[in-house]
Amino acid sequence: MQAALCATCLVDQFFPEVGEAVVTVLRRLDVDVTFPEEQTCCGQIAFNGGYRKEAADVARHFMDVFENERHVVVPSGSCASMIKVYYRELFRDDPDDLERALALGEKTHELTDFIVNVLEVTDVGSLARGLVTYHDSCHLLRELGISAEPRSLIGGVSGVELQEMPNADACCGFGGLFSVKFPEISIAILDEKLDAIRASGADTVVANDCGCLMHMRGAIERRGMSVRAIHIAELLAGE
Amino acid sequence: MAQVKSAAFKKASTRALHDQGIQHALNHVMNHFTEARASAIAADYSDESWDAMRTRAAAIKAHTIGNLDYYLDLADRSIRRNGGHVHFADDAADATRIVIDIAKRHDVKRAIKSKSMVSEEMGLNDALKRAGIDPVETDLGEYIIQLAGETPFHIIAPAMHKTREEVSDLFHDWLKSAPTSDIARLCSIAREALRKHFETAEMGITGANFVVAETGTVVIVTNEGNGRMVTSTPRVHVAICGMEKVLPAIEDLPVFLRLLPRSATGQRTTSYTSFISGPRGPSDEDGPEEFHLIFVDNGRLNLLKDEVLREALSCIRCGACLNHCPVYRKVGGHAYGWVYSGPIGAVVTGPMTGMKQAADLPFASTLCGACRDVCPVKIDLPKLLLHLRHRLAEGTGSGERAGTWMERLYIRRWHDAVKTRAALDRSTRLGRLLQKPLVRRGKVRSLPLPVISGWTKDRDFPALAPKSFGEIWRDGLGPAREPE
Repeated sequence: MQAALCATCLVDQFFPEVGEAVVTVLRRLDVDVTFPEEQTCCGQIAFNGGYRKEAADVARHFMDVFENERHVVVPSGSCASMIKVYYRELFRDDPDDLERALALGEKTHELTDFIVNVLEVTDVGSLARGLVTYHDSCHLLRELGISAEPRSLIGGVSGVELQEMPNADACCGFGGLFSVKFPEISIAILDEKLDAIRASGADTVVANDCGCLMHMRGAIERRGMSVRAIHIAELLAGE
Repeated sequence: MAQVKSAAFKKASTRALHDQGIQHALNHVMNHFTEARASAIAADYSDESWDAMRTRAAAIKAHTIGNLDYYLDLADRSIRRNGGHVHFADDAADATRIVIDIAKRHDVKRAIKSKSMVSEEMGLNDALKRAGIDPVETDLGEYIIQLAGETPFHIIAPAMHKTREEVSDLFHDWLKSAPTSDIARLCSIAREALRKHFETAEMGITGANFVVAETGTVVIVTNEGNGRMVTSTPRVHVAICGMEKVLPAIEDLPVFLRLLPRSATGQRTTSYTSFISGPRGPSDEDGPEEFHLIFVDNGRLNLLKDEVLREALSCIRCGACLNHCPVYRKVGGHAYGWVYSGPIGAVVTGPMTGMKQAADLPFASTLCGACRDVCPVKIDLPKLLLHLRHRLAEGTGSGERAGTWMERLYIRRWHDAVKTRAALDRSTRLGRLLQKPLVRRGKVRSLPLPVISGWTKDRDFPALAPKSFGEIWRDGLGPAREPE
């Protein structure tokens, strides 16, 4: 099966190792991964800031790049939600682009959704060690309704035990623009999330979004905490 | 109208974050509300049946709001038929004038009040005092904040931020009661103090949770019984409500009476549900001689006129969106600066009071969506917040553009950088050069850039990777290329 990877800005620019992990996992599952090289951004940052015109412009470029692919795989619940849910809102007054957006949304999948629901695999043949806890990223959970898929994939990794944290579905306080506009509130919300991670006793927290991870890691590193915050692809790539 | 202090959201939220009393109260009360709600719903409903009820309530509200003129007219006729008086007030000042006129006509010295958020919008208590009328709040929480001279901290738990010690001090100062930390004792102190007001007040003022248009019935749900006293003992009863509170027919009511208490306090039903269809009739033993209902606009038309924001008028003021909001749970109600707080406050404050002064509020959300999931009438709060952000950023309403020029500059730069891959690669190369002096071991510990420097106060920021994923792909991760 062929699938086009949408790396997302954060993975492309800041965390390319997550992209490499995605490729490793998908190739292990016999997916012929392609990377449409003209890709840039889905437009979410402008959309969430209220700048719809700029967002629509960038989203049109995104559709140009990806609309001829059979499957588009995105290692982020947030970017996948932008494409699958919010493009509908963005192009609500533009019938032609709306039709393109709907078609693209249909074949776009967040990574764990793609592995579990399209490839129908829950054991990706990976190996790791430790006690892992899972953080539900908000858009993945509430826009796309995906919470069982990542958990079953984590459960399928040999050597790893999944230990739920309290309120795993509570927001970590990132919120994109929010974390920049209201850093103090953002950190106060994060404190509660870090307490929950600590309470789980896990040595690793896994999430499907580099936004949440960048936010969590930023504080974990600043405070010298020992817990690791990694993308689910990095866990699944282990062998 | 009550003063709007929403422009100070940032300062006020910082203050709340550092106030240990507020943090303790938020932690405690919010968890209590969310747990009580979850178990009250689970006790009686499956996920599907609860969801079906929300869908039905949302449909009833959408229909009513879509035909608001018709149903307000119907309610007007029904209430008059029942012997009541109906008033329509354009704004807070108008509504206040109507209340004071009625009070003057009846030579009212003291007015007792049951909880009403619209009266908070109006700043009614202060206006009554200026007119020589003594207003007394009779809902315990409202009574406490009236003594403290504050505004409600939460839509349904206005004094949740007050400790029992603070309440005891207030009662000691105002009622000369002996200090106590026994909650039952505090309740009876308030009860005794309020009793004499119930006996002597000439006028009762209430809100309305619902107004049934077909029958002209005002429905009030309360837990303390004070609402029933306020509507039955004084000679005159004045109910004040937003014009969106109308429901078509009595058959539309049960679904809301099931949704509201469960969503708000996690109760199956509140202790009192009062149905008031007009003044005392010839065979009634009690009840007011005169009954008035004031429908208030006060900015609601601004919501109604906007096709997207109109949905916010479905709100039944249960407070569930506050209880589940990660931001409200940290900053509490006063930070929002007016009457309504949390996600619904962030949506309605700007359109109702002026967009510019409330420009921070639509951005004070992580867009996590928890509010939408618990809203009993399915208001898509994240969508409404995004819509307001759009109005503020692009100034689609008149003179309401609020984004700073620096923000617009960032967006323009970003837009230029992501137009094509070649442009993005150029920006990335430039970024890598510029970040060099800031990077230590792959991290940026301090970002000296306007708007975004706050990020690194308590967090590291990742450095741009030495090679982007695109470059790694081109350099060998992807399939081998034909030499060019």
